[in-house]
Amino acid sequence: MHELSIAMSLIELATERTQQAGGARVEAVYLRIGALAGVEPDALRFSFEVAARDTLLDGARLVIEETPIVVYCARCQAERTLQTPRFECPACGAPTPTLVRGRELELTALEVHDDVPAHR
Amino acid sequence: MTSPRIVEVRQAILSKNDLAAREQRRVFADAGVCVVSLVSSPGSGKTALLSETLRRLTPRHRVAALVGDLATDHDAVRLRESGAPVRQITTGTVCHLDAEMVRRALVDWDLGALEFLFIENVGNLVCPASYDLGEDLRVVLLSVTEGEDKPEKYPTIFAGADLVVVTKLDLAEAAGYDDALARRALEAVRPGLDVLRVSVRSGAGMTDWLDRLDAARARKRTASSPV
Repeated sequence: MHELSIAMSLIELATERTQQAGGARVEAVYLRIGALAGVEPDALRFSFEVAARDTLLDGARLVIEETPIVVYCARCQAERTLQTPRFECPACGAPTPTLVRGRELELTALEVHDDVPAHR
Repeated sequence: MTSPRIVEVRQAILSKNDLAAREQRRVFADAGVCVVSLVSSPGSGKTALLSETLRRLTPRHRVAALVGDLATDHDAVRLRESGAPVRQITTGTVCHLDAEMVRRALVDWDLGALEFLFIENVGNLVCPASYDLGEDLRVVLLSVTEGEDKPEKYPTIFAGADLVVVTKLDLAEAAGYDDALARRALEAVRPGLDVLRVSVRSGAGMTDWLDRLDAARARKRTASSPV
């Protein structure tokens, strides 16, 4: 399971960006995870919760947008969304080796507070 | 308490690794060394293939290997029998190699003196898929004993392969391996994927494999030679 490594990279990146933006703590983390990224959202949530302890992201909400695999079909000359990782065009059945999207593993945005609540 | 505000980021979570891998790729190109990584599930024959590859290449080429393992150095010891320099990366609890581990392991090596560098990843079909190592050729192994549907179970790693090597071909009959089924599964996750079949034990397919390595090195030399 490499979701812990990913969670730690995420926390490092998010902490850096929060500090750059002058934020004191993070309320929510917005992610985009492609269906071909090889990352299990549930495993990432679990790892994140543990790894975020005592950081600016302690208790932050993970908002994960799961994005599908999008390929380019040369025969249809169109982008097609795949429901499963079977690389054939759902419209015409042609093999579709050209991946357009689906491997992304991206921190899109952070919801930050400028102060730390008293009860923390 | 103030209300939260949105900070836009839009950055890959593993951008540090991507950056480190890009830097490694530049270092490898400057040194003119062709870097080949091997990935598979545990027990698919990475070390056996690499060991035989080193043995066959060492008389003609300057080769070296890095081998990633969670704990033991058994694989490194096996590989050193070829006479090639082999260095171990012990990852501890980490289930994959990343570009920074590779960089650190290579720090005092003269890459310019090498023609091939092999990197054997930790046996794992999931985690290594997310980490670019800066290699020229990513080879994913699939042994005839592990089931023809592996590519469909682990599409991410197979979709990211430059070449698939089907190993342990000498056991194909005993394992009831169906080559057409395996090829269909590979084609489904990566149409047009280059697939080789080898047996380290019988030597079948080894010439094709070595030819692929030579071709990868030739491509690299063409790409990195000054225009």
